[in-house]
Amino acid sequence: MFVLIVGAGRVGSAVAKSALAAGYEVSVLDEDPLSHERLDAGQQKSWEDSGGEFTLGTALEVDALIQAGVERADVFIASTDGDNTNLIIAQIAQKRFGVPKVIVRVMDPARAAWYREQGLQTISPTQHAVEMFQSAMQPEKT
Amino acid sequence: MYVIVVGGGKVGWNLARELISKEHEVTLIESSRSRYLAIVEELEHAVQYGDATELWVLERAGIQRADLVIAVTGDDEDNMLVCQVAKEKYLCDRIIARVNNPRNYDHFKLLGIQPAVSATDLILRLIEHEVPRYGLVHLLALEEERLEIIELEVGADSLVIGCSVAEIDLPEGSLIISVLRNGTGFVPKADTVIEAGDEVLLVLDPGLEETITSRFSTGHPGA
Repeated sequence: MFVLIVGAGRVGSAVAKSALAAGYEVSVLDEDPLSHERLDAGQQKSWEDSGGEFTLGTALEVDALIQAGVERADVFIASTDGDNTNLIIAQIAQKRFGVPKVIVRVMDPARAAWYREQGLQTISPTQHAVEMFQSAMQPEKT
Repeated sequence: MYVIVVGGGKVGWNLARELISKEHEVTLIESSRSRYLAIVEELEHAVQYGDATELWVLERAGIQRADLVIAVTGDDEDNMLVCQVAKEKYLCDRIIARVNNPRNYDHFKLLGIQPAVSATDLILRLIEHEVPRYGLVHLLALEEERLEIIELEVGADSLVIGCSVAEIDLPEGSLIISVLRNGTGFVPKADTVIEAGDEVLLVLDPGLEETITSRFSTGHPGA
């Protein structure tokens, strides 16, 4: 199983590390070299030595996506810090490259909901946070 | 016509001003507070503050009744998203998107966002129009309609010099629509004779460019 993660901030890099540890083949694409250091941080071996791949490039550039392996990806995760970037590259992965499973992080619950209706698998951390606050406010059940 | 313009940069602000002067109803949406405050001095109620990729901002601007949505921010992802949502969620008939980076043009096309206008491409076409050494210039491609309009310069040793329009063996699906001669253009008739140095405008089905070029250009013995 080959997983391509675009955007390795706190979420993307943590997902990348756990996917690699779980035995997946993992490739990461990010435009910031610092994100590569984030992948190495706290690990005993470097990201590459552990078997991970890293490509420096912009998500919207088709060449960078291809270099990062989008054509053979089984799973595509869009987790950059831009909702609109994530939604656009996810559709490129799905429609142009035919990636079977595409998962998109969308902070805005409204956009996440509409694009979910359109067939994208969206995850909205904001929506999850709202729900967690709501349930945390409930009086403790005894 | 009710027009929503997204992005109050130079393009968006001027566009909004022009549309208002042509008596269209316009709402310009600008996401930078300081930029909005500058624009509101002039456009007053015709500008709203907000991020147009937020659905409620589009709804507040009345996207449900918009006849045309134009996305001209400096960010291609934002332009694509606004147009996609306008077209597919709010069923707006007409959209126009600005392409900032010409390399993103394929993405607009993939998502069905047409027309997508790139200033870089427009200027390149003007350069080609001014500099005839390119031989063949694409003036307009109507992708939906599958038609192209091209311009060709008739070289000094072209095979069509001295031929009337009726005598030129044009492939099926192409037509000469205009001839530019000594700086003036006219619509040719069947008996118009082509001269060296003429610039000929043709409308054609995509894919016929090479056949057409071989009929007009120099050196080729005409297929």
